[in-house]
Amino acid sequence: MADTPLVVARGVERRYGARRVLRDLSFELGHGDALVVTGPNGSGKTTLLRLLVGLAVPSRGTLEVGVDRARLGFVGHEPLVYRELTALENLDLFGRLYRVPERRERIGMLLERFGLWDARGERVSAFSRGMTQRLALCRALLHEPELLVLDEPHSALDAQGAELLDEELDQLAGRSTLVVATHEPARLDALSTARLALGAA
Amino acid sequence: MSAYLGDVAALARKDLRLELRARDTLPAMLLFVLATLVVFHFALPADVGDDPAYGLLWVALVFTSLLGLARAWVPEREAGALDGLVLAPSDRSAIWLGKTIASLAFLAAAEVVALPAFVLFFAPLDANALAGVVLASVGICAVGSLVSAMAAASRGREVLLPLIFLPLAIPIVVGGVGSSISEEPAKFLAFLGLYDAVFAILSWAAFEYVVTE
Amino acid sequence: MSMRKPSLTLLASLATALAAVAVAMIFFVAPEDADQGLSQKIFYVHVPIALTAYACFGLAAWKAFRLLTTRGDRYDLESYTGVHQGTIFGALTLVTGSIWAKASWGVWWTWSSNQLVLFLVLFLFYCAYFMLRYSIEPGPRRERISAVYALFGVALVPVSFLAIRLASDFIHPTVFTRDGPQMTGEMFAAFCVSWAAITLLAYVMYRVELAGKRTDANLRELREVLAP
Repeated sequence: MADTPLVVARGVERRYGARRVLRDLSFELGHGDALVVTGPNGSGKTTLLRLLVGLAVPSRGTLEVGVDRARLGFVGHEPLVYRELTALENLDLFGRLYRVPERRERIGMLLERFGLWDARGERVSAFSRGMTQRLALCRALLHEPELLVLDEPHSALDAQGAELLDEELDQLAGRSTLVVATHEPARLDALSTARLALGAA
Repeated sequence: MSAYLGDVAALARKDLRLELRARDTLPAMLLFVLATLVVFHFALPADVGDDPAYGLLWVALVFTSLLGLARAWVPEREAGALDGLVLAPSDRSAIWLGKTIASLAFLAAAEVVALPAFVLFFAPLDANALAGVVLASVGICAVGSLVSAMAAASRGREVLLPLIFLPLAIPIVVGGVGSSISEEPAKFLAFLGLYDAVFAILSWAAFEYVVTE
Repeated sequence: MSMRKPSLTLLASLATALAAVAVAMIFFVAPEDADQGLSQKIFYVHVPIALTAYACFGLAAWKAFRLLTTRGDRYDLESYTGVHQGTIFGALTLVTGSIWAKASWGVWWTWSSNQLVLFLVLFLFYCAYFMLRYSIEPGPRRERISAVYALFGVALVPVSFLAIRLASDFIHPTVFTRDGPQMTGEMFAAFCVSWAAITLLAYVMYRVELAGKRTDANLRELREVLAP
């Protein structure tokens, strides 16, 4: 089972109208791999990540991802939360939708791990950008995903948050499969097993 | 099944909680429906009798719901929460159902104000008319939630919603007015039931395709 | 796996020929109506146009359904073209209906014709289709939303018709009535030929428009590929 790849991309192309953002992309990812995706702005990093989680479909080619939505974690450019709900309420809602067992404990543990426990009763609209991003990470990790897809996760974090994220990624490396798009590939040197450099459009 | 309903309940609760906090949509709807009724008083000539007033009640209700529906998906768009919901393993149709139930609650709240005001300003409402309001509200919210999501995916959203909603609302208006003034209200109530069944099922099944690629 | 379609030129010629025959039959074969006289002849054009509009909307809905269930590439343009043709024929229905109303009863519009009112509602609905479609970025999202909308349209047809029938209860009908076609044999023959001609014409227009749109799309793709 460890031999069959988790993600198989063949000839993946994605167009928006007449504009082609990804062309003829093929790669494979196995369980426990950590793929670091780099490239200048507009090279299609975000598009590729959205294709991986199923928020977009390829215009051409095939992309097979061997996990269902329940085992998929995603942090995109937006935090994917409700601004006027508290951190706790947000995680409780998503925890319920993802059928997280022992929801309360898990939420508490994650909030604490990412330094949000004290702010748990505050609405997200009162958070700083770094805190919001940390909450987004909590949301993505809530259900212990097998495949974690992160779009430039460090960019919105402050120094402390970035450290917490790096610790988390170190722990996950090898156990979960990671795909991280980043402008700072050096950060992930230690754990990355594969690289993908997307060219300019 | 109970997991599905649990999802729906959690989503509807979320919307009610959000509105209770922001308190922007519901007061606007209440004020709008009252203002509209007052405008209608001035729009009606003195000696037309009751029937035209019932027609205008339905116009007021449809446009008030448009006001609410236009804001239905705003919380989901603010920080990309809709993507978060779509990514979750729960059924996408649960998102629609939760939103419909919440919209229905808001519309009902507006009607609790609008209907007594109507009776005060214009004409009495009997059981058939009220049944019509209930059935029509279900239809409005069922179709409205879906159509509002379509409009939200477009560039011209505020302008687009009335355009795509109104043709679909025409049968609702017919059913509602008929249940108020016709001599055979049962026919119209049955028709409203049919509309609700057809379009609720259609919206329930089609929602998935509106929010995914 | 598509069959070889009959040549477009052949179909266009056939449509023209049929149309000519239909005109001849309408004016020389079918008897003149006792009440309405010459203006009744519009019926031979108005009703087939209406039926063709329905067929176009039905086709568009079918293609939309296929798009949602099979993810085939071609269905989006086919569904769109169906809606476009349906809207054109719908507009023609309203125009010919209006002319007929003026010729028969002296008014350019009447609410007592259920069919006409239904087409007005459908016309509004499908015009909104274009507004919706063109305000969304091209892509899978737009295709799916357009498809769902086209399906709603087809559900709206019977429901609206029922509503309009019920509404005629309290929207006081005027004294205008339209006699149903108690058609003689010759009238029926003329009607059928006219219907065939118009249906064929619609099909030809559909094929032409679809081909044009496909060429457009291919051209855009080629430009993209060749761009530096």
